[in-house]
Amino acid sequence: MHGPASLQLTPDGRLKHLLTTEGLPKSLITELLDTAESFLSSQGQPVKKVPLLRGRTVVNLFFENSTRTRTTFDIAAHRLSADVVNLDIRTSSTAKGETLFDTLKNLEAMQADLFVVRHSAGGAPFFIANRVTPHIAVINAGDGTHAHPTQGLLDLMTIRKHKGDPANLSVAIVGDLKHSRVARSLIHGLKGMGCPDIRAIGPGTLLPSDLPHLGVQTFHSLADGLAGVDVVVLLRLQKERMSSALLPSEREFFNLYGMTEERLKWADPNAIVMHPGPINRGVEIANEVADGPQAVILDQVTNGIAIRMAVMAMTLSTQQEVSS
Amino acid sequence: MTEIRSAAQVEKALSQLTDQVRDAFSEPPLVIGLHTGGVWVANALCQRLGWPSPATLDVSLYRDDFDTTGLKRSGATEGMPAQLQGDHILLVDDVLFTGRTVRAALNVLFDYGRPGRIDLAILFDRGGRELPIQPSFLGEDLGAMGQSRCKLSGPEPLVLIAPRSE
Repeated sequence: MHGPASLQLTPDGRLKHLLTTEGLPKSLITELLDTAESFLSSQGQPVKKVPLLRGRTVVNLFFENSTRTRTTFDIAAHRLSADVVNLDIRTSSTAKGETLFDTLKNLEAMQADLFVVRHSAGGAPFFIANRVTPHIAVINAGDGTHAHPTQGLLDLMTIRKHKGDPANLSVAIVGDLKHSRVARSLIHGLKGMGCPDIRAIGPGTLLPSDLPHLGVQTFHSLADGLAGVDVVVLLRLQKERMSSALLPSEREFFNLYGMTEERLKWADPNAIVMHPGPINRGVEIANEVADGPQAVILDQVTNGIAIRMAVMAMTLSTQQEVSS
Repeated sequence: MTEIRSAAQVEKALSQLTDQVRDAFSEPPLVIGLHTGGVWVANALCQRLGWPSPATLDVSLYRDDFDTTGLKRSGATEGMPAQLQGDHILLVDDVLFTGRTVRAALNVLFDYGRPGRIDLAILFDRGGRELPIQPSFLGEDLGAMGQSRCKLSGPEPLVLIAPRSE
């Protein structure tokens, strides 16, 4: 273990913060997924409210807006009986000139136990984890184009539930990988789980140049890339990229890479289709696929709550032992 | 590994417990085993009585020692009805000591609704209670031997052992 990734583990290898899926050992990922699955009832729904984190305070520090992700963290914390404080930083102290460091110190003084951090700058959660007092856990809820580890873990959980051990699977990720922290976290998670065949499919302008270093095969042709895969992960095409010179138009993207029923037949007949949401119908995914039997997109949302409960419980569990 | 009760001695306590439970119920209650040892005892009990397989309960999210020991998962809750309404429940665990695990289990059950009646079947009683909780049915009272830590190892054979020093 080296670099900033080691910041998230204790010397004996337990999860102290969750900042990235990069470098997470298979045993720890498996423990996280097992714990998350135990938070799902036999009906597959997240368990009703349990008293585990009663008296703990979770602070959602969202420097970048995201109603959806914040809501799932909110629900996860509430299901564990923690108190939740939502801080919309853009409209609060930093706007009044307070530095991030001073804001943190103030929140610490309010006896917070866990920070859930989203920031438009890659590395911000690492900066925070490096500077908080030792009893506070930090969870990265998305930093720039760098990482979104809880999304990567919920994707792994969904893959494992539907298709079994990733060590025996072929996984294709389609679309804008260049700007996608979701793709990056999933790739690192899949590598950690020993997935032998990870493919990236998209136009050259939307595929990052470091994919071969990560052991990811790149394809520009959807037909070639999808051949026989067990899992198809579609990424959201962000509207804001459209204004840049990276893509001619939404219609052009759909013509080349949009997932239709016909094209899905290139993959294994039992392949599942995933998407981190929100989906753009008619851009990266056709209606009949989004609503079809192979889509597990809403299951991903349900699993997302269980994963966030597991990450909160495990990091706070470790922090407890650090401070006692 | 020190054996506190051999397989034969555990078997004796188990048949003692089975007899008491058999005499007390004219029809099977909802049997619930507490992870991990309690599930083994509940399985053995139901098998001997010809009752349906027991439900299993994980109480780790309701424990009161998260502050000192953190999260310790043991197994999954399975076979519980969506709601309890007036059901007669037989809670089964391997070893009873402080009573805190049973307290946690009671809280879980009340989150499922309103049980009609809850009985407690315990294979070995160590004494040392910190809560006003007593078994309805008991395999064996360990008496003075209960002062040292012990746990059931299993599922086959069931042996009561002293865990390695922790």
